Amino acid sequence: MSQPVAAAGATSAGSAPAPRATARRGTELFLLIGAAVIVTAALVLVEINQEATLTRQILYYGAAFLGLFGLAHVAVRRWAPHADPLILPLVALINGLGLVVIHRVDLGNAEEAAGSGATFTADNPKQVLWTLVSIILFCLVLGLVKDHRTLAKYAYTCGLTGLVALALPAVLPSMLAPEINGAKIWLRLGPLSIQPGEFAKILLMVFFAAYLVAKRDLFTTAGRRFLGVDFPRPRDLAPLLVAWALSIGIVVLERDLGTSLLFFGILLVMLYIATERAVWVFIGLTLFGVGCAIAYPMFGHVQQRVDGWLNPLESESAYQLQQALFGMATGGIGGTGLGGGRPAIVPFAQSDFVIASFAEELGFVGLAALLMMYLLLMMRGLRSALAVRDSFGKLLGGGLSFAIALQLFVVVGGVTGLIPLTGLTAPFMAYGGSSLLANYMLVALLLRISDAARRPQTPSTPKPKQAPIAEAHTELVERPR
Amino acid sequence: MNKPLRRVAIAMMAMVVLLMANATYVQVIKADELRNDQRNSRTLYDEYSRPRGQIIAGGESLANSTETNDNLRFLRNYPGGPAFAPVTGYHSFVYGSNGIERAQNDILNGTDDSLAFTRLSDLVTGREPAGADVELTVNPAMQRTAYEQLTSKGFEGSVVALDPKTGGILAMANAPSYDPNRLAGHSAEQLEQEWNALNSQEGDPMTNRAVSEIYPPGSSFKMITAAAALESGYTPNSPVQAASSITLPNTNTRLPNYNGNNCGSGSTAPLTEALARSCNTAFAEIAGDVGAEKMRETAASFGFGQDLNIPMRVAKSDMGPMEDAAALYQSGIGQRDVRVTPMQNAMMVSAIANGGSLMKPELVKRTVAPDKETIDEMDPQKLEQAVSPEVAGQLRDMMVQSEERTKGSGKIANVEIASKTGTAQHGDAADQPHGWYVAFAPASDPQIALAVIVENGGDEGAEATGGSIAAPIGREVIRAGLQGGR
Repeated sequence: MSQPVAAAGATSAGSAPAPRATARRGTELFLLIGAAVIVTAALVLVEINQEATLTRQILYYGAAFLGLFGLAHVAVRRWAPHADPLILPLVALINGLGLVVIHRVDLGNAEEAAGSGATFTADNPKQVLWTLVSIILFCLVLGLVKDHRTLAKYAYTCGLTGLVALALPAVLPSMLAPEINGAKIWLRLGPLSIQPGEFAKILLMVFFAAYLVAKRDLFTTAGRRFLGVDFPRPRDLAPLLVAWALSIGIVVLERDLGTSLLFFGILLVMLYIATERAVWVFIGLTLFGVGCAIAYPMFGHVQQRVDGWLNPLESESAYQLQQALFGMATGGIGGTGLGGGRPAIVPFAQSDFVIASFAEELGFVGLAALLMMYLLLMMRGLRSALAVRDSFGKLLGGGLSFAIALQLFVVVGGVTGLIPLTGLTAPFMAYGGSSLLANYMLVALLLRISDAARRPQTPSTPKPKQAPIAEAHTELVERPR
Repeated sequence: MNKPLRRVAIAMMAMVVLLMANATYVQVIKADELRNDQRNSRTLYDEYSRPRGQIIAGGESLANSTETNDNLRFLRNYPGGPAFAPVTGYHSFVYGSNGIERAQNDILNGTDDSLAFTRLSDLVTGREPAGADVELTVNPAMQRTAYEQLTSKGFEGSVVALDPKTGGILAMANAPSYDPNRLAGHSAEQLEQEWNALNSQEGDPMTNRAVSEIYPPGSSFKMITAAAALESGYTPNSPVQAASSITLPNTNTRLPNYNGNNCGSGSTAPLTEALARSCNTAFAEIAGDVGAEKMRETAASFGFGQDLNIPMRVAKSDMGPMEDAAALYQSGIGQRDVRVTPMQNAMMVSAIANGGSLMKPELVKRTVAPDKETIDEMDPQKLEQAVSPEVAGQLRDMMVQSEERTKGSGKIANVEIASKTGTAQHGDAADQPHGWYVAFAPASDPQIALAVIVENGGDEGAEATGGSIAAPIGREVIRAGLQGGR
């Protein structure tokens, strides 16, 4: 794209004399420091507004935050030196602001608990721990997956593992897989609860991408024509459809509306990217409409969600949404200021409704800025997909970027009443270990693809010269029987 | 694959634009509506973060706020308890508020426009913003007496006392009542328990009977019939029907006097005597004679059908359809479809006491900013000239006669009371009538006008009359007002 592809080697901006370095690792570090400053400033605001005291400790928090992402930065420098320099700082900033908002909601909940004499445990220390684990995992993924194309070799393994992971909470007894808030999507491992679905998301995307690339030609050409659409042969389509249907079936059974929506949308978009045919999107959306029409009268919880969406202020089941809307409206354009609102009134203010908490205290201006950060992150991901040279990378990169976009749309749309509320978490922001871990893995893969896209092409061994077609040997082709 | 990737990029941008458009709708366009929604507890939390003004009456604090250390910083206290609940109301962070707490909410929480200057000076001087105080017209001694009189005998009912000259409400008591402190707590669970307990309690303690319940007025309504008669050419000595019973026009229904007594010795009796003896036959015929139109007009001039805020809303009193002569006859003695609030009956006697001039009832004497500056003061307001001063005088004399014939205890030496009783049947199976007592005193220079209702015969059941159950209460309240108050 716009940056010229230049020689490899130089990692810090400006030092190399001749062609300007394009790895831009220095830019990344600079932006990470900026993110740390913003996050520390946000924390200072919360402390001033809430506790009215400031200690030097805040600076240590800021430094620790910078150190943590410095680790990620070093890993990127080491294993993906040409990766896009904006992606990691954006993730760091969104994650850091998320930590501040979770801390702020903790303060609100602590106050509430003090009033009613209930016991209270803060979520933020756990989330900080999860961030640390996530960054370690991020580094591991970058270090272990040296080339994203190797993933394609494990496509079926990935697909199968993904499906099993997805199905585990549904089949395991509730001692190991407890039902929490009406959904059976958690695995309990000792003191930890993880959502395997978050990881299945990435594994299945790898499978879809590899499969679609392998069978790409068949999807676009072979098959029979029906109603003006070329359909691939059923046996080519089957593994894809089976995996897709299974994954959606499982999450629907687990009552995880958001994840089923996510899987559906991701596959549809990957199918579209692979085949370049909008008709798949059309067919998919039609099927989706039919599915909704069938599911609506069958599932009470679907009806509740739709009712709450249509009448958030009247519906009894829409208490959360109602409180979130009140909060965001109270914030208005400029917000109440960090620490100055009352986001803790909204249930799940630090997880599913973290966006509402953010929008209450930072206002429409803050929310718009946050959405812009996400948009930039997604666009940077897509840009890598556009620039990478292999089809698998393009497809996976497109899928991963779209996964962030769709999660964001479903969450923010749900919280602000644009679409019915479903249980997804805002990527990098919401409280929740599994989501954070999985999204860091996702970003590691994106950076890996980005690195491949921006890596200066090593002068490849010259291709064996092909003989002009006129001089080519004739080949004996067996007569079709 | 680059073409679809670019299209996906456009789709993602469209998604974000959609999210922003919706966020604009919620946070900018619909923001005010959502912010001011009653269910938005944030505004309530804001209110609790600054001291709410006091409600004061006769130098006593009926509602004030003390600082606590939980997240709702100020706890509301009601030192007056259940006796004053009908005037103060409650203020609960879960269940909203009522009474003065609700009607004067903007003053008490300091957000009223009239306090804009105070808020500005608070901002400049750095003083913590606070709500303004509301001072009531209530006479605490009368209010307490009214409540104690009602509850000591276990009655359900209401007392409303007015200053006939200004319309100031001197007492507004209900029984049973509730303690607003029970709804002022800060624990949501505890509040829910209290709320459910109060709502399931017998006798609807949270209903403000004085202004929101309507009752058949019975014979107390004869004051309005008498006023209509005097305005239509009758004199206090005009001979009226004295038979022990009459047949309602175009029916076979007999309308008897109380206990089937004749009204005096002859076939007719003077109007004054008919009122003093509360003869049904006489007033039914008078209503028939003056006509539905005149009855309605007179009732309206005494306040029927008025849309009143005192500042709480008062239910409208109504004469009903009066579709035929029989209905008109029955309406003339305050039965059939005639319905009044205790407030309306108090207004009726206060107009008679005030030379026929009906003053608007008002509970708020003045509002005082945190810096003790008066923001607003009550401005007595004349609603209607119900009757001419002459007719008012005649009615007063008739009521003095009526009081002389009224039994019941509690008469006050040296104080001449003008009164009328009522015993209103309301069609319940046990036939336990509501007892009414409407009065003003002293008759020559009225200071207090009041209405008392005791529901369902009080402790006397079917034998109860207004004179036996309601009059003693009314006299005690008058005594408290003339001797204990002011």
